[in-house]
Amino acid sequence: MSTAALTETKSAPPVEKIKVKVDGREIEVPKTMPDPISGKPVPTTMIQACEIAKQEVPHYCYHPKLPVVGNCRMCLVEYGTPALGPDRKPVFNPDGTPKIAKSPRPAISCATPISPGMEIYTSTPGVKQMREGVLESLLINHPLDCTICDQAGECKLQEYSVDHGQSASRFVEAKVHKPKAVDLGPRIMLDAERCILCTRCIRFTKDIAGDDALGIINRGSFNTIATFPGMPFDNNYTLNTVDLCPVGALTSKDFRFKMRVWFLKETKSLCTSCGTGCNTVIGSREEKIQRYTPRENDAVNGPWMCDAGRLNYKWIGRDDRLKNVLVRGQKSTWTAALTEISEKLKNAPAGSVAIIASARQTNEELWLLSKLKAKLGAVSDSIARSGAEDKLLVSEDKNPNTNGARLTGICYTEMGINLVKIADGIAQGKIKTLIVFGENIIQRAVSNEKLRERETISEVVDEHGITAELLAKLDALIVSDILPNETTRLAHYLLPGCAHAEKRGTFTNVNGRVQKFMKAVEAPGDARAEWEFLHDLVFQVTGQNGFATMEGLFNTMAADVPAFKGLAWASLGDTGVTVEI
Amino acid sequence: MAQEYKLILKHADAPGYTPDIECYLRHGGYATLRKALALTPKNLADGKTLSAPEQIREEVKVSGLRGRGGAGFSCGLKWSFVDRKSGKPIYLICNADESEPGTFKDRQIMHKDPHQLVEGMILSCFANDVHLAYIYIRGEMVEGAKILNQALKEARAKGFLGKNISGSGYDLEMHVHRGAGAYICGEETGLIESLEGKRPYPRIKPPYFPAVLGLWMCPTIVNNVETLCNVKHIVEMGGAAFAQLGTPNNTGTRIVSLSGHVQRPGYYEIEIGKATIGELIHDPKFGGGLRPGRTLKAVIPGGSSAKVFKAGEKFKLKKKDAEGKEILVETDMLDLPYDFDSLAAAGSMSGSSAIIVMDDSTDIVEALANISEFYAHESCGQCTPCREGSLWMSKTLHRLTHGEGRAGDADYLVKIADNIPGGRTICAFGEACSWPVQSFVAKFKDEFVAKGAADEARRAQQAAAPAGQKPLAAAHH
Ligand SMILES: Cc1cc2nc3c(=O)[nH]c(=O)nc-3n(C[C@H](O)[C@H](O)[C@H](O)COP(=O)(O)O)c2cc1C
Ligand code: SF4
Ligand code: SF4
Ligand code: SF4
Ligand code: FES
Repeated sequence: MSTAALTETKSAPPVEKIKVKVDGREIEVPKTMPDPISGKPVPTTMIQACEIAKQEVPHYCYHPKLPVVGNCRMCLVEYGTPALGPDRKPVFNPDGTPKIAKSPRPAISCATPISPGMEIYTSTPGVKQMREGVLESLLINHPLDCTICDQAGECKLQEYSVDHGQSASRFVEAKVHKPKAVDLGPRIMLDAERCILCTRCIRFTKDIAGDDALGIINRGSFNTIATFPGMPFDNNYTLNTVDLCPVGALTSKDFRFKMRVWFLKETKSLCTSCGTGCNTVIGSREEKIQRYTPRENDAVNGPWMCDAGRLNYKWIGRDDRLKNVLVRGQKSTWTAALTEISEKLKNAPAGSVAIIASARQTNEELWLLSKLKAKLGAVSDSIARSGAEDKLLVSEDKNPNTNGARLTGICYTEMGINLVKIADGIAQGKIKTLIVFGENIIQRAVSNEKLRERETISEVVDEHGITAELLAKLDALIVSDILPNETTRLAHYLLPGCAHAEKRGTFTNVNGRVQKFMKAVEAPGDARAEWEFLHDLVFQVTGQNGFATMEGLFNTMAADVPAFKGLAWASLGDTGVTVEI
Repeated sequence: MAQEYKLILKHADAPGYTPDIECYLRHGGYATLRKALALTPKNLADGKTLSAPEQIREEVKVSGLRGRGGAGFSCGLKWSFVDRKSGKPIYLICNADESEPGTFKDRQIMHKDPHQLVEGMILSCFANDVHLAYIYIRGEMVEGAKILNQALKEARAKGFLGKNISGSGYDLEMHVHRGAGAYICGEETGLIESLEGKRPYPRIKPPYFPAVLGLWMCPTIVNNVETLCNVKHIVEMGGAAFAQLGTPNNTGTRIVSLSGHVQRPGYYEIEIGKATIGELIHDPKFGGGLRPGRTLKAVIPGGSSAKVFKAGEKFKLKKKDAEGKEILVETDMLDLPYDFDSLAAAGSMSGSSAIIVMDDSTDIVEALANISEFYAHESCGQCTPCREGSLWMSKTLHRLTHGEGRAGDADYLVKIADNIPGGRTICAFGEACSWPVQSFVAKFKDEFVAKGAADEARRAQQAAAPAGQKPLAAAHH
């Protein structure tokens, strides 16, 4: 993402304001606003002024985060500017107000800059007639099969036709037929007959995603969105075009025809697939997640998210989710298991416990673990995950909460450097109890000898020496996870946890943005939110209490962790707060 | 009596005149350029100094030259809008896309006297500190492109292009760029997009005024072939002398393309406003009248997008009487002086100065159907009203000319057309496709209604006819 669009404007110098009138109401608007692509100040447009005046101007091609092309003509308005006499001086009415010269031609509000004293008219008969004309034109070749269209309920054509259209069409000619169900790429289908040729999709992929993959072929009314022959529309951001498409022309192969959007329950959440922490909305129905869509946050992801993150929800509904509390392989209860574990921990000699937490856990959970760590004098760490980054959103850090793990003291700045210590401690028999949260540690374990060879040539700490053989030496292996893996199979105590969609909490993204997410669906079986049972455990082991609700827990943590000082659950709002990291 | 006045076409059709540079030089070619490059700064009475380029710009302003591409915009004023402080290069583009139906004047120049255009362009470039210029030529004009490329090669060889032109220290490169055959590439911002290698989608103005954000987002001048040739003559004779040609505010000459039902279709260069439409049609020096036994039905005065005139139509034109007072004079369509302002006052335009004459053998509905089909095919499809409206009108007219009309189609057509022009679209194509429909239907409504009504009557009769005799419905578009 262009950094300009994501950095907050707090450091920008104050912008000169000018007065304009929108439908007779005078308002003050900044003379310039940042360009969506370059971030440079450009003249404020009429549509922006109207938005500030809370006067909606219907529009299709205009999108605040895309370059303006002015092709749909839906946003046409009438306007006037202060009249100038032959001496180029303003002319006044008898009552002393400036005389307004009404422009004989309309203007597209999405591209026309405002000027001092301008009057914008958005609801005159002339404007209404122009809108009707545009809508009529858009509808004449449109299939009008809303009943079977996936966009119904989210369709701007449907919506504006009701609000601004005329009831009957005069069109009696044969409609233009265009390709339907066109496979544009691995995740996107196009219905060219539904397309209103606003070019949002083209501009997005070219100017935002940096992949000039879409274009228009043919001419005039036969214009059709297309890819280059043999070059599918396949970058990591293609699904954003589905959100951008004002009609049902572009659909997500993953979601199309799954269900009517009005049946979806919407929950504010975050993407956990990388350290960027894109804000999302989880669409769910009957405790099943149906889709993720991006939620606008200019400090993080703007209105976009990547395809990989968007589609990474299916594991949450997997059948093999851990649903039972197991003690040495036998089904148990939370009370029994937690009591047994807390007894063990209370009696553990200082230094005999180690904790490997996950940077996929929430700030609150990591902080609770840090309380255990302090009480037990435990060594702790977490496991780094890295991968390719890109220029727009995707971070090289594949953990959603690396900074949370650091700020709560679970790991050092360089995550993973304590793992050697833990491995050695187990090998030497000093560490008898290992608590593992959300990490299949065996997966990245290599034998100590091999690891030592490797560390002389690289500093990569993604790998560690905590192998299955070492784990076999422990008295107690306490594991909490969501899906089964080699480590959960070795656990003496297995505590089934929750996906983020099944609980509440906060993450701290790569830039120090502390953001909260809400619960969308119920966890399966006996699975419980980690913060809840960790709270119980911490209480039983340390006696600390007083934060049995998420709000209370967060606020207590914020008071305790220096980086979070001054934060409160309520003050995080929907889009979070940035802290010093 | 109206006369031809050959300024631009002085040599083009002269026997033995060839398009090569030697011939051009023998006829005094590039002398004006040499003179201009040698101009010294001129001190003005108010103490200011005009550089050589500024002096040329001043002459162009004084000449009153108006664009010959269609809009008739003042060339001097257009040049004055150029952003000269941006620090970016300034480009000049010659619009040689000539594709308005009925227009065939630019190609005469390009085919027969290409160096006149090249010299006019070099002068215009020098006047505007341009160091790179393009001739954007319509894709179909393969021969023209060859001739122009040859001309550029010759000019380069003679040192009129390239580095340090004629020892002046001024550098200029020039290229021919062929379009791929789309009418909309003649619209200047569509042209610029095409030249940049993109689809010729005209740009929104604001903010993309070519004079500020044109080719590659740099200040750019776009002028028609004929306009640029005129610059050569302005520099040669001086702006004031040029302004003596033609009529006030309509200075110089224009090459009129005359086509349709006349005896002598062809191109005729006249002093602007010094011949009437009637003279251009009937005078033996021009069209030589209609075919025997025919009467005039309609005239499209400025290329197919201009609003049609009906034979016998009268207009009230403002004129100054002997004492200089403004009076309204009733003027017959045929008596309209062929200039920018009179045709605009009569509700149409001189456009690309192409007159299309239709006599009484013309089926006016067919004629409009033909025009509309062209515009439906050529709409770039960017703006909703033009994209959908142009095809809608064409489909309606196709139906009406294929036995499927309705008496109400005349009104239906006007309603569709009314949704397109007047600033509702990005470029003036919106007007170009709707004005013919609006004007044809307004002026010949009875013919549209009659055709539709006849179709309705016939269909009613057929519906009543015994089964098995029903004809197939006319084909749809
Ligand atoms: C749809 C459309 C097509 C046009 N086609 C041409 C053309 O073929 N040739 C041309 O010189 N100007 C054409 N123009 C006008 C140009 O946009 C532009 O005004 C002209 O090239 C400017 O040159 P001038 O000022 O010398 O006339 C067209 C305009 C429109 C709206
Ligand atoms: S597919 Fe959708 S976003 Fe793309 S041009 Fe068509 S309507 Fe606009
Ligand atoms: S960029 Fe990262 S946080 Fe955003 S959607 Fe993609 S994986 Fe998720
Ligand atoms: S008016 Fe027509 S030709 Fe011009 S930009 Fe719009 S759609 Fe294209
Ligand atoms: S919103 Fe499409 S033209 Fe302004």
